[in-house]
Amino acid sequence: MNCELDSAEGGACMALDRRAFLMCALASGAAMSAGEFAVPAAASPLAAGAQAQNDAQFTFEAKFYEKLANRKIKCKLCPRECVVGDKERGYCGVRENHGGVYYTLVHSRVCAAHIDPIEKKPLFHYLPGTNAFSIATAGCNVNCKFCQNWDISQSRPEEIPAQYLSPHKAADIARKYDCPTIAYTYSEPVVFAEYLMDTADAAHEAGVRSIVVSNGYMQHDSLEQAYGKMDAVKIDLKAFTESYYAKVVTGQLKPVLDSLVTLRKMGKWTEIVYLVVPSLNDDDEEFRGLAAWIKTNLGPDVPLHFTQFHPEYLLKNLPITPVTTLERAKAIADAEGLHYVYIGNVPGHPAQNTYCPQCRKMLVERVGFTASQMLIRKDSTCPYCRHSIPGIWHA
Amino acid sequence: MTDLRNRSRRNFLARCLTGAAVMGVAGLHATGEAQTAAAKSRVVVARDPLLRGSGSTIDARRLETLLDNAVQSLFSPPATHENGIAAWRRVAGAGDTVSLKVNTLGGRGIATNVDLVDAVCERLQQAGVPARNIIVWDRDTEEMERAGFRIVVGGDRVQCYGTDRVGYEDDLSAWGSVGSRFSKILTRSSNVLINLPVLKDHDGAGVTIALKNMYGTIHNPNKYHPNGCDPYVADLNMLPEIRSRMKLTICDATTAMYEGGPAFKPEHSWKLNGLLVAQDAVALDFTGWQMIERKRAEMGLKTLEAEQRAPRYIATAADSEHGLGHCDPARIAVVEIQGGAT
Repeated sequence: MNCELDSAEGGACMALDRRAFLMCALASGAAMSAGEFAVPAAASPLAAGAQAQNDAQFTFEAKFYEKLANRKIKCKLCPRECVVGDKERGYCGVRENHGGVYYTLVHSRVCAAHIDPIEKKPLFHYLPGTNAFSIATAGCNVNCKFCQNWDISQSRPEEIPAQYLSPHKAADIARKYDCPTIAYTYSEPVVFAEYLMDTADAAHEAGVRSIVVSNGYMQHDSLEQAYGKMDAVKIDLKAFTESYYAKVVTGQLKPVLDSLVTLRKMGKWTEIVYLVVPSLNDDDEEFRGLAAWIKTNLGPDVPLHFTQFHPEYLLKNLPITPVTTLERAKAIADAEGLHYVYIGNVPGHPAQNTYCPQCRKMLVERVGFTASQMLIRKDSTCPYCRHSIPGIWHA
Repeated sequence: MTDLRNRSRRNFLARCLTGAAVMGVAGLHATGEAQTAAAKSRVVVARDPLLRGSGSTIDARRLETLLDNAVQSLFSPPATHENGIAAWRRVAGAGDTVSLKVNTLGGRGIATNVDLVDAVCERLQQAGVPARNIIVWDRDTEEMERAGFRIVVGGDRVQCYGTDRVGYEDDLSAWGSVGSRFSKILTRSSNVLINLPVLKDHDGAGVTIALKNMYGTIHNPNKYHPNGCDPYVADLNMLPEIRSRMKLTICDATTAMYEGGPAFKPEHSWKLNGLLVAQDAVALDFTGWQMIERKRAEMGLKTLEAEQRAPRYIATAADSEHGLGHCDPARIAVVEIQGGAT
């Protein structure tokens, strides 16, 4: 589960309840094109909306699994490696074994769709000032106790309203609404890898790029194949300790770090978000270890976003992250030698802007999710000192 | 769901009295147990070797009698017809709405027996619960149909359908490691819950009996299978939506599975021809687990502990933090009765 809405809905959707969020999400699809991507019965009772779905329409054989004896399968999508018996589902809840064949139940089964500023993902060094057609299906392969989108990420697909959106239709909508990218986001795109891959292919044919907002909790092969089709990646690195991953995320840290290294080797533009949760992952040593690891393994130019936690889901007992904590985290990461350390979910904070690491001049000014000023030159250099600024700044 | 049979009160009385006699023959007199072990949790293990006669089909009347004997033994009143009804009135009465959570995931081979559910519905009505205030349910309507239940929605009859027809609550309920949305059938259509699980092996959890059957009441059971479902099963059963309603567990052990679950594997099933009945679901689970272990030993299989899948969640449910029941054999009174006389 990614935490895009941590920052995203700072104003709007943070205050919405579950049903309102779904309606908001689906209504935005309707706003885009009532004819092409008609509104499902979001205002109808939940079950009625879910019942209206034709399960067969969304059911495709999964790509990443191996068959075992007695009609069991082992999923090879994420490190969890669920061994799933006949008629059962994996941990993600969106893949099911039918007679020894594993199926995804969420291909083209879109339960949320928005047109978002790309800064909302957040991707700060990738086509700033553009919009991304952002889509999600139900399901997630972890269960973060702070999840902002648990309504869809922790539900089975048949439990929430959704509708059919083919890969080609998604590409068409992105083009029609001047979105240079499709973003796979909100829930956890790992679990709808097949749909993501097919949509990325369709989008590339239509001249639309693909970006993914993910927890990076994947196996090496599925990462290479699925995210190999992506043009940029944002990884939610939830913490820098295995204990946090075990207790708060229900996952593991090491595979995520491995994914980051693999993405680096693949040459994918990658940014990292670290949601700072008071008392759970806000220790100085953890910040220092995180920053040192990034510098050593990924290089100093990978953008790192420290974002503010808001109480949600199963962590309603904790307070909002103090801004001073975020500033402390940034100061530590800066001192470790990272060049682009941001503070997120704090509107108006100067650490939302991009500065040249050489001359310290501001190059991109952001107000909310809008890039209000973008001075980086076409050749991706600072207009003041010609220092190269890593990223994909122009389409 | 099959139609409720038109069974007379006189027949019920006759069967209750016969059952009491059989209990006496078995040498485990329920009243005596209650007197000497008041602090213990009672688990009635009722078996009828003749439940299927010489064939494979369960005799519904013998099953009904087995149920009557088991429930009366659990509450241990003197065996009269009126006391038989009184036993059920300790579970539910005229002002209650009762939901019967069955288990149909394994299909017809290893699902809660429809005749057993019919018998429970009849007794509840005799105890004063209007038919329309009884609902038989599981997660999915199609699964229920595959297991032999006839779907009934609306009208004055006993209701029977899955959560997919009405959905889950919007709000999250949380305790410990668990955060889930409950079926609206549980939260909005019942103030009394009767759990009707089956007795079977589970490849991840070790066994799945009463406590784990509650996974079928929530929207996200797939999230709670790591670590042998521990502590998730115990945490889930702590939630007030379950705990405040749970009055009785009647485990269908007419057919049980000692290996290969939770899907039905006929080669690993056995005809136990029994029921396990208790108010303490932890004690019932512990007792059922031991029965599965004995069968595994008989079949030359390793213990679940040796296979590193002992159901640790049972002990967690009994620990001081949860206090859902007893799993110490010294605090469980297993009352074995025989018979399903006609």
